[in-house]
This record gives sequence, structure tokens and C-alpha cells, in this order.
Amino acid sequence: MLVTIQVDLYDRLAIDLEADLVKMVSKTGAKGILIDISAVSIVDSFMGRIIGNIGVMSKLLDAETVVVGMQPAVAITLVELGLPLKGVFTALNVEKGMDLLKSKIQIIEEDDVDTHDDDNSDNLPE
Amino acid sequence: MTMITAIISLSKDIMAVEREQDVVPFRNRVKEQAVKIRMGLVNQTKLITAASELVRNMLRYADGGKVIIEVVSKGRDNGIRLSFKDEGPGIPDIAMALKDGFSTGKSLGLGLPGARRLVNEFNIKSEKGKGTEVTIIKWANG
Repeated sequence: MLVTIQVDLYDRLAIDLEADLVKMVSKTGAKGILIDISAVSIVDSFMGRIIGNIGVMSKLLDAETVVVGMQPAVAITLVELGLPLKGVFTALNVEKGMDLLKSKIQIIEEDDVDTHDDDNSDNLPE
Repeated sequence: MTMITAIISLSKDIMAVEREQDVVPFRNRVKEQAVKIRMGLVNQTKLITAASELVRNMLRYADGGKVIIEVVSKGRDNGIRLSFKDEGPGIPDIAMALKDGFSTGKSLGLGLPGARRLVNEFNIKSEKGKGTEVTIIKWANG
């Protein structure tokens, strides 16, 4: 699922976006969310919290979130503000974000497969 | 003997912020002024982010208020001064409100201390039952 934020959002819109996204993840069973914020010039503590929330909520619904395209000035400001967005995966652009997302989803799937393999190998004589 | 360079106001603009929808136009107005004095992008972003935090506080705790947007100069420095005035309940303990992670609302408690870190000058006056005034300055090259 690819989400592009094209305008600076005021708080109500950001809350709506959070709710809509989480509903969409649940409805579509999406495994990954890519949020492109390259057009967003201001991320304040509220917007930052919404982005963090989307990451945590979708994780609960078994989806990974990657935020891409953050402007350098926004990154500098977020850190000085005291909100380094630690819980969120980021990538420089959509392409790299997709790669990261694919690798995240694959690792999880491989882990699942591995556990199955382990289960089987327990039954096999060495 | 110390020389005190006075801060001179070069232009003044007053904007009422009463609803959430007023926030984005307000931020745009601040940006226009910042661009006019050739403030760099990083400083612009810091200023507007700080303004966004303060204007949210005003809306959340005082049902809005007004903001005075000024272009100021001090010696050879130009900057933007923003004064946020509300007639809300006031802040009982300013020192506490300036601490990271302290919030009487449901926020992260980064608003005031975060805004203070993002600007060059930060002043806050508050009187219980009368209101709060926060004034910030960001210098173009600060």
C-alpha cells in the first residue's frame, strides 16, 4: 500500500489519515505500508506522533511501515524538537523504501518457514 | 560598558487563530515573511515547526488567540518575531511546562520545550485566569 501525503496536514486530517490507513490495512490485508512524505515541509510533534502511531498500529495488524522522502530540514528539526521517530523505518526514496519493505516482509516469511523447518528437522534423525 | 542593540520592528501583521483550519494558512504567512528576509530552509523549518507547536497549545488550552508576526532587526541581523497571545486559563507552573515530557493534556509534552530549542529567543509570560503570551525570535542566520 502506497500513501503519498501531498499537503501539509492540520491535526484533524492527520488523525483521519491514521484511522483510514489502519482500517485499510485490516481490510486489504496489506503486508506493507509505504508513506511518502517528500511533499511535507513541516513535521511537528503532533504529525510525528501520528506517523509513529501508524507504524505501531499497522505492526499490530501484521504490516510493516516505511516512511520515505523526508526532507533534510525536517529531519534536523525533528531531532532538535526531541522526536527522533525511533520506531519507524525510513528510506531515502520510494524505490529504496520498496526494497526495504520487501526485505522486511521476506525476512518475516522466511522466519516462518525456518520455524517449520526446525519443527521437521526435530523429527529427522541426524 | 555594554552596548545593548535594540530590536526594531520593521513590519507587523496580526492573525487570529481560532480553529485548526487556521493553522496551515498561519504557517504559510510565517513562511512568506521568512522567505522575504532570506532565511535559510533549515531555519525556516525550525521556526515554522516551533510556531506550529505554540499555535496548537493556544488552540488546545485557550480555544485560540492571536499571533503577531513581525519582521525585526537587531544590528545587522534580520529575523522573525512571533507573539502568541491568548486569554486562556494560564500556565500554573511555567518551569514544569518547559520540561520535556510534561503535559497536562494527552500530548507528548514536547511542545513548549521543543519550540524553545528550535528558536533563538523564547519568552513566556502567563497569568492564572488571564492568559499566556509566548514570544519567539528566529534570526535569519541564527
